[in-house]
Amino acid sequence: MSILIQASYFLAAVLFILGLKQMSSPVTARRGIQWAGAGMVLATLVTFLAPELSDNPQALTNYALIIIAIAIGGGYAWVTGKKVAMTDMPQMIAMYNGMGGGAAATIAAVELLKAQGEVASGAPTGDRLNALGLEALNTHPETIAQAMGTDVAILAIIGAIIGTIAFSGSIIAWAKLDGRLNSNKLLPQQQQVNLVLAVLLVIVAVSVFNTDSLMPIVVFFLLALVLGVFITVPVGGADMPVIISLFNALTGLAVGFEGYVLGNAAMIIAGTVVGSAGSLLTHLMAKAMNRSVANVFFSGFGTTTVATADAGEGGGSMKEIQAQDVGIMMAYASQVVVIPGYGMAVAQAQHKVWELTQLLTEKGVKVKFAIHPVAGRMPGHMNVLLAEAGVPYDLIYDMEDINADFANTTVTLVIGANDVVNPAAKNDPNSPLFGMPILNAELSDNVIVIKRGRGTGFSGVENPLFLLDNTRMLFGDGQKAVAELIQAVKEL
Amino acid sequence: MIEGLAALYIFMLAGFTGYEIISKVPVILHTPLMSGSNFVHGIVLVGAMIALGIAENPTQQAIGFVAVLLAAGNAVGGYVVTERMLEMFKSSNKKDAGEKK
Repeated sequence: MSILIQASYFLAAVLFILGLKQMSSPVTARRGIQWAGAGMVLATLVTFLAPELSDNPQALTNYALIIIAIAIGGGYAWVTGKKVAMTDMPQMIAMYNGMGGGAAATIAAVELLKAQGEVASGAPTGDRLNALGLEALNTHPETIAQAMGTDVAILAIIGAIIGTIAFSGSIIAWAKLDGRLNSNKLLPQQQQVNLVLAVLLVIVAVSVFNTDSLMPIVVFFLLALVLGVFITVPVGGADMPVIISLFNALTGLAVGFEGYVLGNAAMIIAGTVVGSAGSLLTHLMAKAMNRSVANVFFSGFGTTTVATADAGEGGGSMKEIQAQDVGIMMAYASQVVVIPGYGMAVAQAQHKVWELTQLLTEKGVKVKFAIHPVAGRMPGHMNVLLAEAGVPYDLIYDMEDINADFANTTVTLVIGANDVVNPAAKNDPNSPLFGMPILNAELSDNVIVIKRGRGTGFSGVENPLFLLDNTRMLFGDGQKAVAELIQAVKEL
Repeated sequence: MIEGLAALYIFMLAGFTGYEIISKVPVILHTPLMSGSNFVHGIVLVGAMIALGIAENPTQQAIGFVAVLLAAGNAVGGYVVTERMLEMFKSSNKKDAGEKK
């Protein structure tokens, strides 16, 4: 039986790695997730056969509890996952990721409590540890570290910290992206408070290692929960994808560590692969936004800069334009570049934009889509949204490919995007965006910005592009504005 | 079963594997891939099942129950959203290939 289980875990690990590999190309991506899914089903099913489960005197109750828990948790995730709109994908990923982190943390909690129970009751080290071939101590264990084994205890505790922070942090990230939590400020001197809290957490963690009582374990988990919240609350909305990606990597790591605690190779491999892949992905995202990961964490984005924002040159004002005029402008343009942002997706305007694109193409206008690496809420999110609307790939250009082309563009249509076209990123060292690569929309002959109101973007930074002489503002709801444009072009 | 040093090697090799897999990914797939890797660490479900399976008293059972609940959410949710995203990529890809030819 044990051979069957181990072989299945091995196969599952292989399927995960091959699956992820296939997910790195659009052609094979869907097969990739299906392979990984097959691995997951296999691993889950054989775990029911594990001797640790069937040998337990509580086996029947526990089996029933496992099935009920899978039904509830899986059922909830199935329904929400099927229902969630593509625009809300990032916060949903954050939510599921938080659940994974929480699961890793709770596994650690069970293990720590078991060890604590053994210490407190004076029983010899558990049979299970012997069965796993871990160094069993003949003497009665006096601390959790002795009961679990030093290496196991260390990884259990580190995994618990990481998993718990990923859990509470992801929940906050979900709440912020879902618009349920708008505050960026919790306490004055948040960074210092966090530092103190982190030091405190380490001290308590060490005491858990050496303890024989319950209290430190409880305090330990509470502290980690609070720290996760405190770390995430000050992070600005624009930096959220980096945080989610980081928590994803952290959860992977926590799963890997708890895998060592349980002696489960599939968990170690899958968790570590995700941990390193996620770290690299986090780094790539942060680089695309020209922010270091440390920067994202330790400076509340925008909080220090709001005051200086309008103190800029102060030259120029926003100039409004009507949809009819834009329609004429675009219909007789040689090339139109659309720069979509998250605002477009929120307004559900992508289908209308695609309709407008087809209309213009019929009139002989060349239409291109320019995608900033961080357009949407995550790298690649905008591609998903445009794909949903049916925009073919050969019209979509990355920043590097399109930037030289703006000089040949008659009209650039900025819809729902803001920070990614902010020229302050290039020429205002005081701007918090300074240094971030942007789309050079201002180089085209005309820039049309569709925007709901005069406010600032997601990051709260003023955009001088809106004040330029070749920029016109088309105020209104994205979907309605584009519908008016379609009407205007049709009437010509 | 897994001695300390052997585990260290597994950690090291798995770490490099993850790095290698991601390093060649086009930006357009970053979101689905993050979601996909989010699904893969849903393997924590296996650990959660064991944690609940070895629970001996109601407290441990309660915590283990939460572990399985959360882990199942991670695994199922991760799969569903990733599949949904990649499904769209597939169809638009076909169209893309068709138009190019």
